[in-house]
Amino acid sequence: MRIALFVTCIGDTVFPEAGRATVRVLERLGHEVVFPAEQTCCGQMHVNSGYRSDGLELARRFVSVFGEYDVVVSPSSSCVGNVRELYPRLAREAGDTQLTQAVALLAPRVFELSELLVNHLGLTDVGAWFPHRVAYHPTCHSLRVTHVGDAPLALLRNVRELELVPFARSTECCGFGGTFAIKNADTSTAMLSDKCDELEASGAEVCTALDASCLLQLGGGLGRRGSRVRTMHLAEILAAE
Amino acid sequence: MTIESFPKAAKRELVDVQLRTNLRAATDTIQAKRARVVGELPDWEALRDAGSAIKADVLAHLDDYLVQFESAVTAAGGHVHWAADAAEANAVVVEVARAHGVSEVVKMKSLTTDEIHLNAALEEAGIHALETDFAELILQLDGDWSSHILVPAIHRNRREIRDLFARTIARGITSDEPRDLAEASRIYLRERFLNAKVGVSGANFGVAETGTICIVESEGNGRMCTTLPEVLVTVIGIEKLVPRFADLEVFLQLLPRSSTGERMNPYTSLWTGVTPGDGPQELHVVLLDNGRTRVLRDDVGRQALHCIRCSACLNVCPVYSRTGGHAYGSVYPGPIGAILTPQLIGIENAASLPFASSLCGACYEVCPVKIDIPTVLLHLRGQAVAVKAPAPERLVMRTVAWVFGGRRRFMLGQRLARLTQRPFVRGGRIRRLPGPLHAWTSSRDLKPVAPQTFRDWWRSR
Repeated sequence: MRIALFVTCIGDTVFPEAGRATVRVLERLGHEVVFPAEQTCCGQMHVNSGYRSDGLELARRFVSVFGEYDVVVSPSSSCVGNVRELYPRLAREAGDTQLTQAVALLAPRVFELSELLVNHLGLTDVGAWFPHRVAYHPTCHSLRVTHVGDAPLALLRNVRELELVPFARSTECCGFGGTFAIKNADTSTAMLSDKCDELEASGAEVCTALDASCLLQLGGGLGRRGSRVRTMHLAEILAAE
Repeated sequence: MTIESFPKAAKRELVDVQLRTNLRAATDTIQAKRARVVGELPDWEALRDAGSAIKADVLAHLDDYLVQFESAVTAAGGHVHWAADAAEANAVVVEVARAHGVSEVVKMKSLTTDEIHLNAALEEAGIHALETDFAELILQLDGDWSSHILVPAIHRNRREIRDLFARTIARGITSDEPRDLAEASRIYLRERFLNAKVGVSGANFGVAETGTICIVESEGNGRMCTTLPEVLVTVIGIEKLVPRFADLEVFLQLLPRSSTGERMNPYTSLWTGVTPGDGPQELHVVLLDNGRTRVLRDDVGRQALHCIRCSACLNVCPVYSRTGGHAYGSVYPGPIGAILTPQLIGIENAASLPFASSLCGACYEVCPVKIDIPTVLLHLRGQAVAVKAPAPERLVMRTVAWVFGGRRRFMLGQRLARLTQRPFVRGGRIRRLPGPLHAWTSSRDLKPVAPQTFRDWWRSR
């Protein structure tokens, strides 16, 4: 299958390892990955921060860059959620019927990585080997916007020698929340601090998630306290062999 | 009446470790109870849909339902007063109390009367409003105010309450057992109930077809307030109507399970007008607008008026459980407050509230009437930016949008960021940044821009 990769602005710039791992996994499974070079950002930060007209422009750009591809994959549940759940409303509220139609056609073809693998390609074993204790942090947008369900867990359970460890209040937000992390830094930090405590108590060596943005927060908090828990994107674990 | 900015208020509240411990223990317990009793109902999602649909219908035809309600109440012997704002509503209550020459009224827990600061208005007229709900009494005795819709004193633990009672209504009390604390308040309140001539209540529901008012509660003090005095004044927000008596069936399942995590609440009281020889012989119903029609005008924001004040959204909110309710600067804290308050008092007066959320979506998941809180938050953020975004923020966001607007600009931005960060990167991480980004690095490391971006790698392979 020919799959277009939407690596996301943060993935491209700060977490290229997640993008590279996504490519490695998909190519190992025999798919052709293409990278539309004109891509930049889906506009989520602008939409979520109240800058809707800027977000709308970036939505138009996204649709024009990815509109021609049959399947689009991204190693980010919140960016996929933005495209699938927020673009339709954005286009409708702007009264842009052309964009509304284009979004309606494109949105169902945009997938988060684990969702594509498990729900679309019917795979749970991607041939990975990762002999570590891993805590999976289900990010808010993967749970409640993109609704990936158990797909990431199904993949992790089939990684050879990986030990999945539970931790308390795993479905609670890590405190990132985009510009929330800056605008409400104190509250964001209080949330992060509890999350780090819970991760450290779990005995995990690695905390993994579907979103680079949440990993930026988690990694930042764990790093600051000199924790032994490392953060890795799910794609990196799936690529390991 | 602009409220304090949320980040500032939150910073103050976050320092209180006892507060966070108290809150966490309480919200964890209620959350778990709620999840258990909601899980029992196979038709829970259908109930949520029904609740949402009934409320949407009420809001779409509110003008008709209000008039229908008014005539039903009047026909049953009650007096209906229309109040455009807090001052008008308070004036009605003060007038009724004065007409009966009382110096004290007994009051059940009511957010609506808190919203209009009724107690202060009565106090000004020389009339004491005695709070008879256990938690409200605690707060009143201590000059404190509610931090939770359902459990107003959630930020207090029982030792703190025992110490307060020992100073005020139960001198010498040493036990902090819930039973003993409740008994102390019971002894204090009983006589006041029996002597009260005027009672004041809020309302959970008003039935348009019958003029019936419904309250649900746990302690029974509400039933005392609404049955013992000769005169009863009920203040009800105009959005609290339901069309038919049968609609209560839906809400009386949704509300207790969502709020206290109980299958049903201990006391449900219903009254229709005046019944000769039974209960209050004079009933005043105050229909309160106080900003609600303004909320109604906004086709995205109006769903906030679906709220049945269950507080499930507070209990699951990771922001609320850290900051507590006071940080929200209103009687409506938590996620629902973040969307309701700015609409009731004007976005320009509460512009920081829609941003008091990480958009995690846990609130929407539990809302019994399916208020899409994250969507309304985004909607209100757009309004807040339009009226009140700081110029530097606007400039940054515009610039970033421009950078994202083209491949070359974006790549230039990546290169510039990598150059600019150079003095700050130590051992593969950034520990300190100047300016507004210090808000990040003051408590967290920052992963720097990668030495090789993904697109550079892609081109090189």
